[in-house]
Amino acid sequence: MAVKVSLKVNGKSVSAEVEERTLLVTLIREQLRLTGTHVGCDTAQCGACTVSMNGMAVKSCSMLAMQAEGADVMTIEGVAKPDGTLHPMQAAFKEHHGLQCGFCTPGMVMNAIDFAKHHPNPSEQEIREALEGNLCRCTGYHNIVKAIGAGARAMAASK
Amino acid sequence: MHAFKYHRPSSVNDAAALMKGEAKLLAGGQTLVQTMKLRLASPSDIIDLGTIKDLAGIKSDGKTVTIGAMARHADVAHSVDVKKAIPALAALAAMIGDRQVRAMGTCGGSIANNDPAADYPAAVLALNATITTNKGKHEADKFFKGMFETALKPGEIITAVSFQAPKRAAYLKFKNQASRFAIVGVFVADFGGTVRVAVTGAGPSVFRQADMEKALAAKFAPESVANIKVKQDGLNSDMHASAEYRAHLVTVMARRAVEAALK
Ligand SMILES: Cc1cc2nc3c(=O)[nH]c(=O)nc-3n(C[C@H](O)[C@H](O)[C@H](O)COP(=O)(O)OP(=O)(O)OC[C@H]3O[C@@H](n4cnc5c(N)ncnc54)[C@H](O)[C@@H]3O)c2cc1C
Ligand code: FES
Ligand code: FES
Repeated sequence: MAVKVSLKVNGKSVSAEVEERTLLVTLIREQLRLTGTHVGCDTAQCGACTVSMNGMAVKSCSMLAMQAEGADVMTIEGVAKPDGTLHPMQAAFKEHHGLQCGFCTPGMVMNAIDFAKHHPNPSEQEIREALEGNLCRCTGYHNIVKAIGAGARAMAASK
Repeated sequence: MHAFKYHRPSSVNDAAALMKGEAKLLAGGQTLVQTMKLRLASPSDIIDLGTIKDLAGIKSDGKTVTIGAMARHADVAHSVDVKKAIPALAALAAMIGDRQVRAMGTCGGSIANNDPAADYPAAVLALNATITTNKGKHEADKFFKGMFETALKPGEIITAVSFQAPKRAAYLKFKNQASRFAIVGVFVADFGGTVRVAVTGAGPSVFRQADMEKALAAKFAPESVANIKVKQDGLNSDMHASAEYRAHLVTVMARRAVEAALK
């Protein structure tokens, strides 16, 4: 049966008709057409579907759209400035070559932004632990770790 | 995922009234949503506890820490009260899965689910917790009945879990590198005179290790447990670790947990 869900996505209020069993990621990708949020595993392992909900990184393949009722959701599309200026974390991924194919990147960036809010100057060990829920099949993680460290410091400096 | 009816009750009483037939409670969904996707669960109704305000709190009077069923793992990991009264419990919550899972997964969901490799059940047993539900109270020692089985009756809703603060404690887990669940996790809690040792991941369900408890009550030191051999009978054996290896790990993790508790 169709039900209504209302939430904020990237600062805009949206209301959508969904099935009760619709996943948050399906609402984001297929109805709102925000395809920057990726589905890698669909089993809560890879983190490609990570979005921010009320400021916390969550896996949007592992929750119902209905669980986001009234929530403030941010996807990778909402991270840069409207004029296209990259978010400091995105800029750091670019600068440090923190991606190859780019499939994992939106989830990496969304998790990293939430992490960096709590860790303005993280150690390599802290960053690696924070990445437990994000898999990358290309980079070997080294440049992602560098990018997140630099991005976190840039975020702290721009405050 | 099969279709279901979704409900968003605003109180535990309303939620209880909806628990009929094939209805299921939804907490963080970190286990249940995947189970439904695989069609291992196909509930007729989903009762979302996420908007019931009084289920989410954390309270501490220094002696007892009471965690609401809907408190997220991240809330417990970062709680100043929990860190102060039972640092080992905050550390345990911080070890569950990954940070995205911790943002959603809940104490009540983990305990109700009783995954043989879950972390919270070890804390419940070692810290002699009381599980409060809409129907009454359960003692830790009588709560975990077997693999994915608890003393909860159909439709019974966990509202909070009260953990007793020990003199000192530590939880150490040997992680499965892929899933982060415990291959073996040991929670050691010294209450001064009595010691409780709970083991998760090793068997079909969390259990206490009586020989270690006795030895540690006599002398709370790593060497008290270092030579205690755990029988492999009935322990889990899978692609990740044999029963023999798990039995060995119980002793190793117990010794390390005592070392950590003494630090
Ligand atoms: C990638 C990944 C890694 C993980 N790693 C770990 C780990 O290392 N250690 C660990 O312990 N866990 C781990 N988990 C599991 C995680 O902790 C789950 O959050 C937890 O097991 C279930 O909690 P939930 O709130 O998500 O419950 P849900 O999935 O919503 O529910 C689980 C079950 O409990 C029932 N239930 C929920 N709330 C109540 C209640 N209040 N009263 C009665 N019944 C209730 C539901 O009906 C359902 O059957 C992991 C999960 C994932 C996806
Ligand atoms: S698609 Fe959600 S965790 Fe992999
Ligand atoms: S850059 Fe290809 S998966 Fe990470």
